[in-house]
Order: sequence, then structure tokens, then C-alpha cells
Amino acid sequence: MKLFKTLLGCTTAMAMSTAAFATDLEVTHWWTSGGEAAAVAEFAKAFNEGGDKWVDGAIAGSGGVARPIIISRIIGGDPMGATQLNHGRQAEELVEAGLMLDLTDVADAEGWKNLVNPVRLLDSCTLDGKVYCVPVNIHSPQWIWLSHAAYEKAGVAVPSNWDEFVASAPKLKAAGIVPLAMGQQPWQTQLAFDTLMVAVGGQDLFVKILNGKDADAAGSAEAGKVFEAYANARALSDGSNVNDWNQATNMVITAKAGGQIMGDWAQGEFQVAKQVAGKDYTCLPGLGVNEIIATGGDAFYFPKSDDAEVTAAQKRMASQMISKSVQVAFNLKKGSLPIRGDVDLTAANDCMKKGLKILAAGNILPDGVNAFSADTQGQIQDLMVEFWNDKSITPADAQKRYVAIIASAD
Amino acid sequence: MATSQRPVQLFRNMSAKIAAIPMVLTALVIFVGCTIWTIVHSFTKSKLLPSTKWVGFDQYERLFSQNRWLISIENIAIYGICSLIFSLVIGFLLAAMLDQKIRFEDTFRTIFLYPFALSFIVTGLVWQWVLNPEFGIQSIVRGLGWESFVFDPLYDADLVIYGVLIAGLWQGTGLIMCLMLAGLRGIDEDIWKAARVDGIPTWKTYLLIVIPMMRPVFITTLVIIAAGIVKVYDLVVAQTNGGPGIASEVPAKYVYDYMFQNQNLGQGFAASTVMLVTVLIILIPWAYLEFGGKKQHG
Repeated sequence: MKLFKTLLGCTTAMAMSTAAFATDLEVTHWWTSGGEAAAVAEFAKAFNEGGDKWVDGAIAGSGGVARPIIISRIIGGDPMGATQLNHGRQAEELVEAGLMLDLTDVADAEGWKNLVNPVRLLDSCTLDGKVYCVPVNIHSPQWIWLSHAAYEKAGVAVPSNWDEFVASAPKLKAAGIVPLAMGQQPWQTQLAFDTLMVAVGGQDLFVKILNGKDADAAGSAEAGKVFEAYANARALSDGSNVNDWNQATNMVITAKAGGQIMGDWAQGEFQVAKQVAGKDYTCLPGLGVNEIIATGGDAFYFPKSDDAEVTAAQKRMASQMISKSVQVAFNLKKGSLPIRGDVDLTAANDCMKKGLKILAAGNILPDGVNAFSADTQGQIQDLMVEFWNDKSITPADAQKRYVAIIASAD
Repeated sequence: MATSQRPVQLFRNMSAKIAAIPMVLTALVIFVGCTIWTIVHSFTKSKLLPSTKWVGFDQYERLFSQNRWLISIENIAIYGICSLIFSLVIGFLLAAMLDQKIRFEDTFRTIFLYPFALSFIVTGLVWQWVLNPEFGIQSIVRGLGWESFVFDPLYDADLVIYGVLIAGLWQGTGLIMCLMLAGLRGIDEDIWKAARVDGIPTWKTYLLIVIPMMRPVFITTLVIIAAGIVKVYDLVVAQTNGGPGIASEVPAKYVYDYMFQNQNLGQGFAASTVMLVTVLIILIPWAYLEFGGKKQHG
């Protein structure tokens, strides 16, 4: 009993001390690779300069590892001050259960509606007219990164689209280079499929399946071509046994692999390796076939707190994250695109400019994350992982099972 | 008069009963209560948060149409049967060897028991490296001259579960060996002497006399091994993370992934209910034979 009282005393004291420095906010995120860590430090710097204190709560591993930890902490009554999540439906139920802070007053005061571009990003933070998260960047997965050194070694020109890439693969193989670097984590397998869907299947198909949940489209001949291309990619990645995406990117950087299908966050790794876009490596949005990118990205959510001072600090952080200077500093380090159109990005490199141009032209897709529930996503991912690793599954079989999932998708 | 003087059964041994109340409550609320709650919610459409929207057996239908779940069951069956047999056999053989009054018995015992001090996560990581074709056994044997030697169970979908099994056995047999050794030491010396006088060979003594006498020890080890099999999760996560593909998935991982990653509590609950029911199907007849039978004799 005495021990219990002491413990109680301790926890009360701790609770009181946090109340006294109410502006300490713990921020959880899963940005741990070199480029990512540098980017998140920009947020911390800005927040600390404002007189508050950023307590970093980085969770190693991918989003798949971090999300369950983050969500169970919020549900379990031990919420952090702020947390990264991909916007979309991941936090939908948390918002519905009233566990997230309503940021509408900040958003209205600063006119987020007018400055977030594309405005869809803010829409996916909005539920019943109320804003619950701050979008911080735009990431698009539809890129392929090609190593100039590898193609030089194989004696072929650097491809300018997916078909050329496939055609050049035998020469790369002959030179002892793995044509396609692939990490073995499930989300990477999934990303490659989604990217091929846009590139080979085209925008209409992508929108029909991922937004319309159209099972007929998923069973169509065009979708069949996507599965064929996917099976091709499976064969081309033979010999790439790495696990993390940045290890796969490293294969491209060191010319052990010809290319990698990966989102624009790969850019940060090329930057850390001091490679120059257009000279050491080439990036092809939409695999050079359909120059369309999705505009997914990261957003920060703020779990609700009873403490008025914490709430005030959370709102301060929210408004900082979207401010012009922080947006520029953060996105240059991250290799992603800023979420507001009115910032100056002359420092951006070749690949970022390609992205900005596509964005300005409005060639954007709704992101997969926004359309399916986590449950459906998980099922599709299981299928893709199984297909990718079991060469006895034919593209037609995989397509059949894909259609079944889409038909019951929610 | 006499009846009113007799203490009421309920209040006999009062202090012991009061002392048992917290544990009784824990058992009722945590074990029974939460189990029922889980089973009830496995019939609902619960997503990230529990809901009470009734869907009947939909979750179970979906569960058994999932390739991943079927592979998980197959894996746990292979892992379970092999781990049961090999743990007992290897554990007993090691114990019998140590029982030959060899020198440095303490040293050997420590070495064999040591892996048990490691968590499954560490075990998994260690064996991931040992079985890695580029750094582990394969590369060592190739370095010795057998250039075409292939041993990469973790990268072969058909063999991967045996790779996990090796790691599990390495970690667990030490404990089984110790329990068996304790059991062997509990056998009276006179029995050995009597067997020797009768001219029974040693192996026969072990098989026909000692092992039947060690029945309680075998039951203890059986329970420990079985519990280890049902809950195998961290080993797989650390060693293969279910890969290559979904070839080394296990039911516990399915439950975790569906509950926390795919945000589908209903599906996770359905899977865990199936796990519970399977265990009960094995456990209840066995417990009935083991404990129910005795009462009749006693």
C-alpha cells in the first residue's frame, strides 16, 4: 500500500510537472533514414525557436511498424502531443471517436483552404467540415530511379520509359547487374504494383479501381496487362535480396542495380550520396509512360488533450508546420513537394522540378491510401506479397483473386 | 440444535477464501470475461474500434477463404508436430547422456540451457544471420571448398518453416533437457541396480522402466512445449517476418496484423477464437482423461 501511495505521488508529481511546462510536446513519426531525419529536424528547430520544446519520438521501422504503436497509444489513453500519419483513412475512426484535436479555428484564421494546393490534401484532413490534421508534404510513389553508371557499364543508353527499361534488362543482366532493385518489405511490393497500374494501365483504370472499387475494371484486359508487367518486374528483380527501401536505393546509387521503382523520397538518399539528378541518376515520373503522379503525403495529427496549454501548443505547432519558411526548409531536405503553391523553390533540383511541373499542370491522381480501408489494403498487400514471392502463381490467377478483393472492398 | 451449531460450509476456512478473492476475480474478469468479450465481438463488423454491428459468421467465412490463414495453420501444424517430437526426443537424449555421470556435467548443462536465457527476438535474429546464405552456414561451407553447397532455408518458401523450427529447438530444448534430467535423477538408484541384476540392457531399462516412471515430468514438459507452440509469434517476426512472401506466417501473427495493422478487429477476433477453440478441442479430452479418470479410481 505504501508503495502504491508513493507511486501515486510520483505520477501526480509527474503530471503536475508536465502541466508546468505545458509546451513540451512529444512528436511521434517514422522518419529515420538519413534524409528523413534531416527533414524532421527542421520542424523541431522551428518549434523550439518558438519557445516550446519538441520531444522527438521517432519509431524505427516503416509506417507498418509505427502505426500500430501510435494508434494503440492514442486509444490506450497515453496520447503523444502530435503524430505523423499518412492522411486519408488511417485516422478516420480515431477522428470519429473524438480522439483528435479539431484544428478548424487555426485553419480558418490562416485561410488554409486558399493556400493548400492541391486542395484535396486538406479535404482528406477534413471530416464533416472540420479540419483534423495538417498536411506537410506531397509524396508521389510513381517514379523509377535509374543509375547512369550501371547503364554505361552495360553499354546501353539510359531508358526513357518502362518498355525501354524492360528491353534493356538482358544487357544489364549480362553485365552482372540486377535490372530492378526491390526491397522485400510488403509495402514496396505494393508500391511497385500501384505504380505499374498507373504507367501501364493508365489513369482511367487506376481511378476506376482504386476510387470506384470497380471489380469489372479490375478484371479487364487492361488490368491483365498490368499483372503481366508486374510478373515481368518480378522476374527482373531476381537477385535483389535487400530488405529496406534505402538499401535498394543504395544498389542503384552504387550501380549494382539498373533501377528502382520507388517514391520521390528516394531522392533524399541520392542527395545524401551527393549524386546529381540528370548526371548521375535519372528519374522518370509515371515510369516515363504516363506522367501522372499521385499526391499522397504525410500529415500531422494532434491527439486531443484536456490540458488547455497543451492544446494551445498543439495549435502553435500546427500553424508553424504549414508556414512558408518551414515548408521550404522541410521539403528541400525531404525531397518532397511543398503543400502550398506560393513558396519559392529555386533551390529545387531536376527531379523536384519535374514533379512541380506535373503538379502545376494538374496531372494528379487520387492516392491509393485515400480510397481503401486499411483492411482492404491489407488484403491486397497480402496478395501482392504472395504473388511477388511465389513464382508459381500466374498473372491470371493473381488477377482473379484481385478482382475478388475489389468486389468486396470497402 | 446440533445442526445449528455446525459451521456453514461457505464460511469455513474464511481467511483463505478471502485471500483467494483477488485471484478469482482476476480469473473471472480477465480470462473468462475478456475471452467471452472477444468471442462475441468476432461475430461483429468491428473495424479499428469495437462495434456491435452483427454479421453472423461472415468473419469466419472470410477467415477460411484466406490463403494466408490456411498457410498459417499448415505452418503451425508442421512447427507444432515437429517441435513436440524433436523437443522431447532431443531433450531426453541429452538428459540421458548427461546422466551417465560424465565429467564437466555442470559445464555442459550450462551450455545447453544457455539459449533459453535469450528471448525469441534475439534467437530469431541470431538464426537469421546463421541461415543467411551470404554470411552464414552456406558461405562457410562454400569457403571450405564445396562451391555448389546450397543451404538457404529462409529464402525457400517450402523450407522456411523448418528454418524457424531449428531456431525454436535451439532455444527450447535446453529447458526440456533440464526438466528431464531432474526427472532422471528422481529415479531411485535401486531400480537401476535391480535392472542390472536382472540383466536388462540399458536402453531397454530407459524405454520400458524409466520413461513410464517419468510420466509427470513428461506431462510438465508437454504443457510447456505446447504453450510455446501456440504462441509462436516473436520468433517468426524476428527471423523472417512471415516471408518469403507469406510462406512462414503463423496464426498469432495473423491475429496481430489484422487487429492492429489492417484495423479489422472482427477478423482478428475471429482468428483468435479459432485458435482458442483448437486448443480447447485438444485440451478438454486430454484433461478429461487425465484428471476425470483419476477421480473414479480414487
